[in-house]
Amino acid sequence: MILQKRNRTSIKSGESRYAWGLAMPALTLIVGFIVLPVTVGLGLAFTNAQLLSPTAPAFTGLSNFSTLLGVATTTLNAEKNPDGTFVTDENGEIVYENLRDRTREDSKYPNLIGKSEVRRFSEDKSQGTIKVLLAGDPSFWRSLTNTIFFALVVVPIQGGFALLLALLVNSKLKGRNFFRTIYFIPTVTSMVVISMLWRFIYQNDGLLNKSIANVDSDYQPIDWLSNPKTAMYAIIFMSIWQAVGYHMIIWLGGLQTIPAELYEAVRMDGASAWHEFRYVTIPGLRHTFIFILITITIAALGLFVQVSILTNGGPLDATTTLVHQAFTKGYGRQQIGYGSAISFVFFALVLIISLVQRVLTRKLED
Amino acid sequence: MKTFLKVSKYFAAIFLAIFFAFPLVFMVVSSLKPDFNLLQDTGSYRAFLPVGPISFDNYVGVFDRIPFFMFVMNSLIVATVTTVLGLIVNSMIGFVLARMSFRGKNPIFAIIISTLILPFEVMAIPLLYLMVNLPVISFDGGFRITKGLFNNYQVQILPFIASAVSIFLFMQYFKTLPKELDEAARVDGASWFMIYRKIAMPLAGPAIGTVAILTFLPMWNSYIWPVMTVQDERYRPIMVGLQYFYVNFGTAWGQIMAYLTLLTIPVVILFLSMQRFFVNSIATTGVKG
Repeated sequence: MILQKRNRTSIKSGESRYAWGLAMPALTLIVGFIVLPVTVGLGLAFTNAQLLSPTAPAFTGLSNFSTLLGVATTTLNAEKNPDGTFVTDENGEIVYENLRDRTREDSKYPNLIGKSEVRRFSEDKSQGTIKVLLAGDPSFWRSLTNTIFFALVVVPIQGGFALLLALLVNSKLKGRNFFRTIYFIPTVTSMVVISMLWRFIYQNDGLLNKSIANVDSDYQPIDWLSNPKTAMYAIIFMSIWQAVGYHMIIWLGGLQTIPAELYEAVRMDGASAWHEFRYVTIPGLRHTFIFILITITIAALGLFVQVSILTNGGPLDATTTLVHQAFTKGYGRQQIGYGSAISFVFFALVLIISLVQRVLTRKLED
Repeated sequence: MKTFLKVSKYFAAIFLAIFFAFPLVFMVVSSLKPDFNLLQDTGSYRAFLPVGPISFDNYVGVFDRIPFFMFVMNSLIVATVTTVLGLIVNSMIGFVLARMSFRGKNPIFAIIISTLILPFEVMAIPLLYLMVNLPVISFDGGFRITKGLFNNYQVQILPFIASAVSIFLFMQYFKTLPKELDEAARVDGASWFMIYRKIAMPLAGPAIGTVAILTFLPMWNSYIWPVMTVQDERYRPIMVGLQYFYVNFGTAWGQIMAYLTLLTIPVVILFLSMQRFFVNSIATTGVKG
């Protein structure tokens, strides 16, 4: 009895030893290259660390975050002529006090120091006042709204387009494997290669402009990537083109798990194709839907490589994104502390949005 | 009505095939043309046909301009070593999580789960800082301690060996193998390592194929991390080589297209020959995820 027990524990402890031994290499790498950098990064976000600096980083409290997230408004008064009327420029626009006087180091407005103008609004021409919105880092706010805009456009379009493709290559279609392969090839091609190709397509004398000009002789070429109005849409279009094949395959996997008997059953009841889709296909794709929603969203929020090659965030920050800002500040300008702070805002956004999606879709899962 | 639907379906399928293929066709075709013809053909159907003076001059130009084969070797070394080491360490921990019971299993599992949704971009900046400041023991006749792990292969390989996705794929695969296999082997006195090595791994073919592709492809395509950590040409991977063409941009499009073709052809061949693994990997992660 005693012997048996000892024997069993020795097997158990042997199992534990082996388990740790086999897990150790991967565990060490995960701790060293994922857990540690994330923890260190969280610490660095509260310092002024520089990439290649001889001085040790100093703790700066919330200063990175207050620069990053700080916003303020102020009201400027019109410059007045000696007779009390407002000074106007050659276009008849009212000239206001210099904002620089309020944002420089010795300003009387401590909350405005170091901030830059984002935009002016609510001009009151009779009173001679105008309000100014300022931010510690206007590029950051632009990157935040760009990132969210990109995700809001890409998630539904790419998800829906991918589903249409999946339905197409899942239907009775001669050569559907061929079509599936063609639709999928952009996703295995490097984003660097794709971006260079589309750079040629989008440029002033590129494929797109010349093709349109061929059809429409009055057409004025648009420099798609240098125009702040079109640059983001150009990136969106290319990104969907590149990634949609991947999600087509995921939808396809979902479609193929729906039992054929279900389709046969509703067909026997004389259901139309729409009813079939509505009452068999859609309910059968719930899990796939949630997975696709979350993966496209996370990928969209991380938008970066395309941007860095096509526009480098420009023109005028029109295509900068959170990750692009983190790299520009953290690597380009070597402000590791500040770049880490941006990375964490990015991570917080990813986390919040995936949690919200999780909660919203939980009902679907039951 | 039915024939109309059928015809429009084929029409859509063919239109979409053109839509997804045209940039790549344009790339290959343009790589064979001199810059003058390349630009002249843009905007007509000729852009997609190998017409005019066709030659491999652009490819010769690429080999003259950059140490192409060195870059290919660098990428192959980095991607292959990462893939092989990744297969070993991720399958071991996947085996442990799927088959063994021991104290500490749940915390390990929790750590791996939580790294699943962590994008690499979040830790890239602090990781760069750690790499630049890491003390490294090097050997050149005698041992020396130097600061910083960059400008070498290790910095391109080490962060990408362990992967939560790969661990998951292995874990799920090992869970499908019957438990009786281990029990029988245990009775015969096999150690856990032997069970992993001689029983589990030989049966894990599909998981190995999937993980190999999911590791190799992103490594071959990697760009941002090597841009940040490798300034030394001798260790530069293939994607970063594209930067050599940024000089005189707009004049060497033919060479750029040739280079892009050289970067893409191996990947497309790999994909076509292992398509089943590709498709299965994505489909199964999606359904189970």
